[in-house]
Amino acid sequence: MAEGITHLTTDTFDEEIGRAAGPVLVDFWAEWCGPCKMIAPVLEELAGELDGQVAIAKVNVDDAPDIARRFEVMSIPTLIVFNEGAPAKRMVGAKGKAALLDDLGEFIG
Amino acid sequence: MSVDAHKTIIIGSGPAGLTAAIYAARANLEPLVLEGEPSSTSDQPGGQLMLTTDVENYPGFPDGVMGPELMQMFRDQAQRFGAELVTVRASRVDLSSRPFGVWVGDPEASEPTYRGETIIISTGAQSLMLGLPNENELVGHGLSTCATCDGFFFRDLEIAVVGGGDSALEEAIFLTKFASKVTVIHRRDELRASKIMQDRAFANPKIEFRWNSRVVEYCGDTKLSGVVVEDTSTGEREELSFAGVFVAIGHKPNTWLFDGQLPLKDNGYLLTEPDSSRTLIDGVFACGDVQDDYYRQAITAAGSGCQAAIDAERWLEANED
Repeated sequence: MAEGITHLTTDTFDEEIGRAAGPVLVDFWAEWCGPCKMIAPVLEELAGELDGQVAIAKVNVDDAPDIARRFEVMSIPTLIVFNEGAPAKRMVGAKGKAALLDDLGEFIG
Repeated sequence: MSVDAHKTIIIGSGPAGLTAAIYAARANLEPLVLEGEPSSTSDQPGGQLMLTTDVENYPGFPDGVMGPELMQMFRDQAQRFGAELVTVRASRVDLSSRPFGVWVGDPEASEPTYRGETIIISTGAQSLMLGLPNENELVGHGLSTCATCDGFFFRDLEIAVVGGGDSALEEAIFLTKFASKVTVIHRRDELRASKIMQDRAFANPKIEFRWNSRVVEYCGDTKLSGVVVEDTSTGEREELSFAGVFVAIGHKPNTWLFDGQLPLKDNGYLLTEPDSSRTLIDGVFACGDVQDDYYRQAITAAGSGCQAAIDAERWLEANED
């Protein structure tokens, strides 16, 4: 796994999101989801480039269906930016790096 | 700054584009493949098969093969012979003079990003949506374009699939793994789907059909709660509750890059010469679903990709300076 991407589970989600100093982009994904696999390398690149500005984390919906349900994730990939512990922005569907960076503009200094 | 011209640039990376890449690479054309960018609307790298599960009709795989796995093999094979694949989407093309110009990123940039002596167009097709007012807002909130991505979230719930072709029935059958009931909503009283898919769908106890019905409205503001259907003969409307709705009403060819530059058939597909991949511009070839309004199979797309590479190779030979 790339450095800088945290894998969140039912046990760690609240603690990790709660104590994050800045915005965290959480990728809801699964092994069987083609578009999720397509954006995985993009997220790895972003984890490196946005280090210190936006943290990147992943939730496997097979392992943590309760977290997916809590945030009403009904389609993957869904990317939710958590700021100060609460969802601040939601993006549904796979997209390229430039489009993702555009969407994250408000969180990037 | 001007850029060196590639012998051939392939735009798109489904079965057609990657087969063209394999043949072009083996003919030493050093193809550059602009494979597209991640998306969830079936115009992504690898094409429509990236959103499917089991492919049962691709020859050579007696036990079937997963769509994404098949496309990974196509890609590996193209790379093995030296095709250069770039994960970007073309934003503009200029087919008015040779070498042809292809832009990625800013389409207003004065110089193209790449130039090609020949261009092979294999941009494929993407899923059609119903075009109802709140459609974009509801995608990902109960409305889905990708059964394999989203079926999981509808465990033990009642859902609907809109459409009557093979893709609609494939989705419906796949979704019965999760949903308690799948209603196929179709605007006619018979299906377009192949016989084998119809037999499977009719035999599936979780699948019901709602015939002669057109979806005219999505219910729900922030989350889909159902649809309003209109009876195509009586005009009578009825609201039906569903936790999820999957749209599979067909595809439209991805031709916008070539608007005003290449002639289309009346139905919007790129026009090619009969029994050939040649378009009406010399040195520009088209293959796969962007020009095929009839067969639209992975195997026919691959076959036409092979034709395009051979056509490009022979064209380059004939036009060598």
